[in-house]
Amino acid sequence: MTAVSPPSHRISAFFHRKPKLRLGLLLTAPMLWLGLAYLGALAALFITAFWSTDVFTGKVVTDWSFDNFVTLFSDSVYRTITFRTVGIALLVTVIDAVIAFPMAFAMAKLASPRAQRLLVIMVMTPLWASYLVKAYAWRTLLSGNGVLNWLLNPLGLSGPGYGVTATVITLSYLWLPYMILPIYAGLEKLPTSLVDASGDLGAKSFRTFRSVILPLTFPAIVAGSIFTFSLSLGDYIAVKIVGGTSQMLGNVVYDNIGAANNLPFAATVATVPVVIMLVYLAAVRRTGALDNL
Amino acid sequence: MSKPARVLLWTALGAGFAVIYFPLLVVLLNSVNADTTFGWPPKSFTLEWWGRAITNEGALHALWTSVIAGLSATAIALVLGTMAAFALQKYRFFGRNSLSLLVILPIALPGIVTGIALNNAFRTIFGLDLGLMTAIVAHATFCIVVVFNNVVARLRRMGGNLEEASMDLGADGMTTFRLVTFPMLRSALLAGGLLAFALSFDEIIVTTFTLGTGMETLPIWIYNNLFRPNQAPVVNVVAAVLIIVSTVPVYLAQRLSGGDSSSGGRI
Repeated sequence: MTAVSPPSHRISAFFHRKPKLRLGLLLTAPMLWLGLAYLGALAALFITAFWSTDVFTGKVVTDWSFDNFVTLFSDSVYRTITFRTVGIALLVTVIDAVIAFPMAFAMAKLASPRAQRLLVIMVMTPLWASYLVKAYAWRTLLSGNGVLNWLLNPLGLSGPGYGVTATVITLSYLWLPYMILPIYAGLEKLPTSLVDASGDLGAKSFRTFRSVILPLTFPAIVAGSIFTFSLSLGDYIAVKIVGGTSQMLGNVVYDNIGAANNLPFAATVATVPVVIMLVYLAAVRRTGALDNL
Repeated sequence: MSKPARVLLWTALGAGFAVIYFPLLVVLLNSVNADTTFGWPPKSFTLEWWGRAITNEGALHALWTSVIAGLSATAIALVLGTMAAFALQKYRFFGRNSLSLLVILPIALPGIVTGIALNNAFRTIFGLDLGLMTAIVAHATFCIVVVFNNVVARLRRMGGNLEEASMDLGADGMTTFRLVTFPMLRSALLAGGLLAFALSFDEIIVTTFTLGTGMETLPIWIYNNLFRPNQAPVVNVVAAVLIIVSTVPVYLAQRLSGGDSSSGGRI
């Protein structure tokens, strides 16, 4: 008697013998979505950056030129904004790393396993409390009759008000969890025995930190910095809420799409953070940071 | 570790959390502050703003739009993110590294870039009018990575032994997936889905560029009303509600993922 396998079995056996086909089926949909639609959109944006807008009709003219890039690099206004944006993004990243590291260290190495779970939840909760709510919270804190002035006035001081400082504070606050979580994950994987061994061999706390802990958690810090840096580079809303009159690249992009109706120039400005991020991602790829995301 | 170092680290942790939670507490407190300009310290308290917010049609409508967009984007992200995770975790092939970078790209690039790239593509390449559909597609694009990360982490931990055992015992691929792989993935999928939903729910920059005119998600509603003085109390209540509600998905996702994704959200 010969056993006849059911059709479903035969189909599955067919696929089992053809791993390439299975892989192909698994990859087709995500590749179409991300590869064609998303990368295609990015490519189209990049092409648009070389076009221009008809001053009278407001329509996009598809003549190729470098005019937008020339404007971007030669106009001092845009140069200032570019440097300010990159400066703010760097500052926010450094501030977050400095605040996040000791917090993550206490969480990963000092807290009990039970407390660790709770602390992770405590970091993640404000992560999901709306972006706008947090930016708005800082607007009320920093306002003239807000909490910060109320706290500082008795000391004869006053808060920074709205401006670049307020933007840096708000962005640092917004992205802090994105720095704490990867560093915590990195420190959690770091064997405590290595830290102990360093101490046994006579290294003081700082030496252990510099020679053992920091090199091993560096990829995790870089992983966190991708988010703090990238999110700051593209932000325009926090700037509108607490930034006063100072602008960032995101505002230029936004204003050129909306009020100025100049999509090509907006696209040109948008290539700046893209290029910066791609260079950054390429540079940090070697550290293994991308596997830590 | 020396005692002073321990004390210093615990202090840093406490101070950090104080800074993280203080602004949120102020928002909660302001939602019952009777003063409409929210002068500090509050002189008297009221629940009037809560009553007005609960019946605010604009906010409720925006909430509904956010929920629809979030659920749809999450559903798409679950399918595509899981497929990509299986492909990248179980197979070795040419371009694998580039593909894993591609999954990260929509969140690694600034939101404004993703926003105008998709806005431009929808309108000029595909000839579509912006609406709820285009916003859902945009949200799904950056939600994929959240599902992907959760599933990859779980697949890595599972290894392939149980699936091989199932196949050795005569189960075909479908049966193995149904009875072995999927049950072990379920909580990771739920956690990934919750985080994807939360990410979509909170997104404002990409939404601004991909949602049709006249439509509002909750973040956009907040933003549009932020600078209207007479709406400030209602905005405060909505903000307070969001702070309270946001604790739910985080808590659930953390429980479900079983510590797989110690990092969350975009990560």
